[in-house]
Amino acid sequence: MFDGISIQLLMGQLLIGLINGSFYAMLSMGLAIIFGLMHVVNFAHGAQYMLGAFIAWLLLNTLGINYWGALFIAPVVVAAFGIVMERLVLKPIHHLDHLYGLLATYAVTLIIEGLIRQQYGSSGLPYSSPIPGGVNLGFMFLPWYRLWVVLFSFAMCLGTWYLIEHTRLGSYLRAANENPEIVESFGINVPRMITLTYAFGVGLAGLSGVLAAPIYQVSPSMGSSLMIVIFAVVVIGGMGSIMGAILTGYLLGVVEGLTKVFYPEAANLVIFVIMILALILRPQGLFSKKEGA
Amino acid sequence: MSRYLGLAAILVLALIAPFFVYSVTLMTILVFVIFASSFNLLLGYAGLLSFGQAMFFGTAAYITGHILKTTGVTLEIALLGGMLVGAVMGFLVGLVAVRRSGIQFAMITFAIAQFVYFLLLQSEFTGGEDGMQRIPRTEIFGLIDLSDNFSFYYFVLAVTVLAVAFFYRVVHSPFGEVLKAIRDNEPRVESLGFKPDRYKLVAMTLSAGMAGLAGGLKATVFQFATLTDVSWHVSGEVIFMTLLGGLGTLTGPMVGAGIVIGLNDHLAQFGEWALISQGVILLAVILFFRRGVVGELGALVRRYKAGGRK
Repeated sequence: MFDGISIQLLMGQLLIGLINGSFYAMLSMGLAIIFGLMHVVNFAHGAQYMLGAFIAWLLLNTLGINYWGALFIAPVVVAAFGIVMERLVLKPIHHLDHLYGLLATYAVTLIIEGLIRQQYGSSGLPYSSPIPGGVNLGFMFLPWYRLWVVLFSFAMCLGTWYLIEHTRLGSYLRAANENPEIVESFGINVPRMITLTYAFGVGLAGLSGVLAAPIYQVSPSMGSSLMIVIFAVVVIGGMGSIMGAILTGYLLGVVEGLTKVFYPEAANLVIFVIMILALILRPQGLFSKKEGA
Repeated sequence: MSRYLGLAAILVLALIAPFFVYSVTLMTILVFVIFASSFNLLLGYAGLLSFGQAMFFGTAAYITGHILKTTGVTLEIALLGGMLVGAVMGFLVGLVAVRRSGIQFAMITFAIAQFVYFLLLQSEFTGGEDGMQRIPRTEIFGLIDLSDNFSFYYFVLAVTVLAVAFFYRVVHSPFGEVLKAIRDNEPRVESLGFKPDRYKLVAMTLSAGMAGLAGGLKATVFQFATLTDVSWHVSGEVIFMTLLGGLGTLTGPMVGAGIVIGLNDHLAQFGEWALISQGVILLAVILFFRRGVVGELGALVRRYKAGGRK
């Protein structure tokens, strides 16, 4: 096909792009859900993702609980942390300018990252794959674990999207987003719904962290470096839309992977270039239904 | 009146400070006074949260350093060069970022700052991961030798005083009044026939230019420029300083810069605890003292005065 570019390299980078895209999609979806209901840009999303990975690592290395156990336990622990954080930090400032929500979650990020780094150092900790081996497709080697991550995160994205856009529970959420007073008057406890929504979004971040642990190294900064890309993804997709966040996440992961093949120097720039272009050409966001914020 | 007394007291303190405190620490504070004031101009007066202010600061540090290393120009020209590049960047970033209102402005500036970080990392002239070393400190106006830190301190102080006077002028000009009105009620300002986006763009350009000046000064104070200057940690630090000192006040960023640099100096030996305590203090400020040190003190004084009049 292309001169000098082997099919192995192309497919390999496509797979990496798809994997990265899965994480972009899951994290920006969580960010979009939280923003949709609370108008909080959850800067701590990256730190909560990192917490998920760390809890998985700790479960394995101190209690001997394996990956499959961690896949259930870690998101619950991170979600519980989210409930505490929402009650103590976000609820008291809910009535203020939404900038304070971003700044408060940024402060929490500094604390979490600092504490983890203080305790475990800043170098990455290894977490071995729970499904070793893979299959040789002839043109490339596909590790089982990576296939699992792509399929599982895709199912999570679709499931969450369905839950919010097509169920009664989701319709409450969307209604509370539009007009909390009226939803409240129907006897629905909106503050509790906000807390649980935040916990759900944060739990998703924790779950992504567990999924990421065997792929990337478990390190204190794994979240914040990802967060920068997630912000760009959400800006490109438009803040309000869940499907927009998912699609943009996958799309940008793949584009980034392809850039690594064809123009490696620009690989870590391409997402930002797309963001700037998107802002110039389509200021309201690619998938936005309405102007966000 | 009391505000002028406060400023005069700060100035007298600044003049005698190098006899008691290490002058490089003091210069760092002054650099961050300008830098934090530039951030304050955007958030405190225009309601724009720039989460990427370090891109102007860090880029200007490299540009000023590069000019000094490769040409024989005097110091003030190199500083102006850094300032100009900062302002142009601010204008360009503003063109893109003011298209989205509110919180998205923060996310966009945050992401563009990272873009700039990667660009500088890959650029030849910045020295990549190693940074730019041995930046010469040429004579100012070709006349005055400032190679020792003690005399250079007074130069940096003079620049800082000019910069603060500039911020004062901007904030108290008709332009500044429109900015504040946009911050408080943008649709209303628009309905009066103003174009908010243009005002935001000018504010962005001015702020970035001043952040650039701070970056250039930083490069000449330390005689090196590194990627740290462009990182989001520095963008975050300047937010911390401004909120701690007092958002939307002229003296707030000064007090904030003083406290944070002092704090960093003392906590440097405790490793991560410096960042952790920053997070804890910032959270406390957001939850309990949103007016910051200067604002809370001012409120105390007003309450005291009101009590006295009764």
